[in-house]
Amino acid sequence: MKKATTIEAKVKEIVKKHGRDKSSLIAVLQDIQEEYNYLPKEALLAVGEQMEVPSSRVYEVATFYNTFSLNPRGRYLVEVCAGTACHVQGSFNLMDRLKRDLEIECGETTKDNMFTLEEVRCLGCCSLAPVVRIGGNIHPYLTQDEIPRILRNYRKQG
Amino acid sequence: MKKISALDDLKKAGDKGWKSLFPGGVKILVGMATSGIASGAGEVYAALAAEIKKRKLPYVLAKTGSMGMDCIEPLVDIIEKDKPRLSYGKMTAGKVPDLIDQIIKGTIDKIKPVYRIDEENLIATRDKNHYTKGNVPEYLKEIPGINEVPFYKKQIKIATRNCGIIDPENMEEYIARGGYLALQKVLTSMTPESVIEDVIKSGLRGRGGGGFPAGVKWQSCRSAHGDIKYVICNGDEGDPGAYMDRSVMEGDPHSVIEGMIIGAYAIGAQEGYIYVRNEYPLAVTNLTKAISDARSRGLLGKNIFGTSFSFDIKISKGAGAFVCGESTALMASLEGKAGEPRAKYIHTVEHGLWDRPSNLNNVETWANVPVVISRGGKWFSEIGVPHSTGTKVFSLVGKINNIGLVEVPMGIPLKDIIYDIGGGIPGGRKFKAVQTGGPSGGCIPAKMMDLSVDFDALREAGSMMGSGGMIVMDEKTCMVDLARYFIEFLVSESCGKCTPCREGVRRMNDILHDICAGRGREGDVEILESMAKGIVDGSLCALGGSAPNPVLSTIKYFREEYDAHIKDKKCPAGVCRALIRYEITAKKCTGCGVCAKKCPTGCISGEKKKAHKINRKKCIKCGICMESCKFDAITVE
Repeated sequence: MKKATTIEAKVKEIVKKHGRDKSSLIAVLQDIQEEYNYLPKEALLAVGEQMEVPSSRVYEVATFYNTFSLNPRGRYLVEVCAGTACHVQGSFNLMDRLKRDLEIECGETTKDNMFTLEEVRCLGCCSLAPVVRIGGNIHPYLTQDEIPRILRNYRKQG
Repeated sequence: MKKISALDDLKKAGDKGWKSLFPGGVKILVGMATSGIASGAGEVYAALAAEIKKRKLPYVLAKTGSMGMDCIEPLVDIIEKDKPRLSYGKMTAGKVPDLIDQIIKGTIDKIKPVYRIDEENLIATRDKNHYTKGNVPEYLKEIPGINEVPFYKKQIKIATRNCGIIDPENMEEYIARGGYLALQKVLTSMTPESVIEDVIKSGLRGRGGGGFPAGVKWQSCRSAHGDIKYVICNGDEGDPGAYMDRSVMEGDPHSVIEGMIIGAYAIGAQEGYIYVRNEYPLAVTNLTKAISDARSRGLLGKNIFGTSFSFDIKISKGAGAFVCGESTALMASLEGKAGEPRAKYIHTVEHGLWDRPSNLNNVETWANVPVVISRGGKWFSEIGVPHSTGTKVFSLVGKINNIGLVEVPMGIPLKDIIYDIGGGIPGGRKFKAVQTGGPSGGCIPAKMMDLSVDFDALREAGSMMGSGGMIVMDEKTCMVDLARYFIEFLVSESCGKCTPCREGVRRMNDILHDICAGRGREGDVEILESMAKGIVDGSLCALGGSAPNPVLSTIKYFREEYDAHIKDKKCPAGVCRALIRYEITAKKCTGCGVCAKKCPTGCISGEKKKAHKINRKKCIKCGICMESCKFDAITVE
């Protein structure tokens, strides 16, 4: 139960920062996700209670928007850009290669909790297509060939 | 910080900004927009800082946004008193010592600049800034001037006037180039009605896609009943393949803020919101700083410019939903709800955010406003063509040589953008089509290259202006796959509120998937067409209403590719995996073994120095063999 109280305290802090107005709900959830890398169930319940928003609405918002994840994510988020420029430059081949090399499907996390593979709708780096963003770093003009080495480097960094 | 409350204060701030822009001596500018950073500008900046420190040089090192030519990033500019400004492309940390040597010696023998800038237009004040006093040093004459570079030759920069020139974090540099002068003019000498009149006269149409006349929208919002009104900036640039607004928010945030304050004054709004995509962290950072700077100098908040007008802006971060680019969905999201659009017969200018009159325009529209006011609506209306005035920023990407952001006068022929500015298609391949308008737009085929790029001509051609993505495709792009790509995008982005969009687009997606997988049946194209009509007629918002466009336009112009997939079970462009196979041409194969080594499934085998073979049963068609073959021995059919 100790974990739940700390989550509750954290949520309280975040809600205080943004204010309890219902319009702050998305910003509150964004901060919670930044803290925990996903939206823990306890946090969602706490948000509902503290902001006086029905849990059903918190859940609706948390599942409507693509950036929110209800499942824990790995240390590095691997985001394959699926923008049009990246698509015509063959980003689907990068996605397939990452799935094979990480041995997971899109949306899943590796067993060692290092990587979560996701698709993102255009990072706005169309001039560098195809791009993949790993842990916030953008890898431009990526080829399938470079993927094993890049993943190895992130694994080494731990 | 002293508040700016009179023209004189603005001039003083501008003078300070000018000194920061041109400190005398040597100034080194690094393009640090998102794309610059991703191509390594951060390392270049760090190397420059270290080298300057090591050699104890009195140089000024600064950051700026992107001037547009992203294909040559990281870009480093050198500004020296009375010399042309020099732009060095594709810089690396390793080249830094040579670059510094060159500056000290006054040569360009080791690294050549891409172009030089002798003078630049200050579009907001109609002045020119001369870097040289007319005399270009002999050793720099071989370097082309920026206006001789085909990429820049036909561009006119209004919305992106300061990008790649000023430090976006420095408000005084913005002021030095004529910033906040329009606001001063509006607040001290114009009535709200005359501001609206000028914007109507300019013919400025919304740059977010709809193309609705901005002045008319402002007028309706001003006339709407209610004491509390809002202005909103749509920075939720969701179209995949488009990043114009990112560049403006990152590179010149004050232009958006100034535009919004002017709009708020004209409409009678007290509060404003900027809704920025979550995927654009640097835009959020720069806008946040700009808002706080403007507030501390009295340009936001109570009694702006010492007048009775008060207005403030908040930033709201999106959370990754394409539909939130739609105005009513965006407002729902600002209220903290799921971003579902509502029926359009209730106008947001009357009942928008929190049911109050709200005026929403996108980033590029707002960034145009200060120049429209400074130079007058008439001046603006003379750029471009009738009914589509001014300029439009496009992100020119895909299979094109000069990738980047371009700002061109409306009505420019499409071929000028593709061939002159874009420099044509790489690898000598054939140009096939250009996609505009994102998932709501369509494809324009090569045969229509003379098309005038304006709101109306693009719509007539079955596409639309959209927010400004321009994705160029060559013969290796499959148009059926592209239609499938957009429809799949819309399936996952449909909010699910209305049935035609939620279910109809999904069924179109199923059919397109079948066609790409070789399961297409005769009559599928006709089914797609009739479903498209139902979706267009029955959907609640513009997302559904325009969803079938990518399919309809590719059927219209590339029907033969659909037929090849359905009847012959072939993908002419060699993209759809179920319909292609990789083949090694024995005559060309030298047996070097590179492909065999790279193949992830080990399906390529053969003796050294003899032609290799592909085991089709094991091949997953990833294409890495073809990418890695140096002898063009592998083909796809």
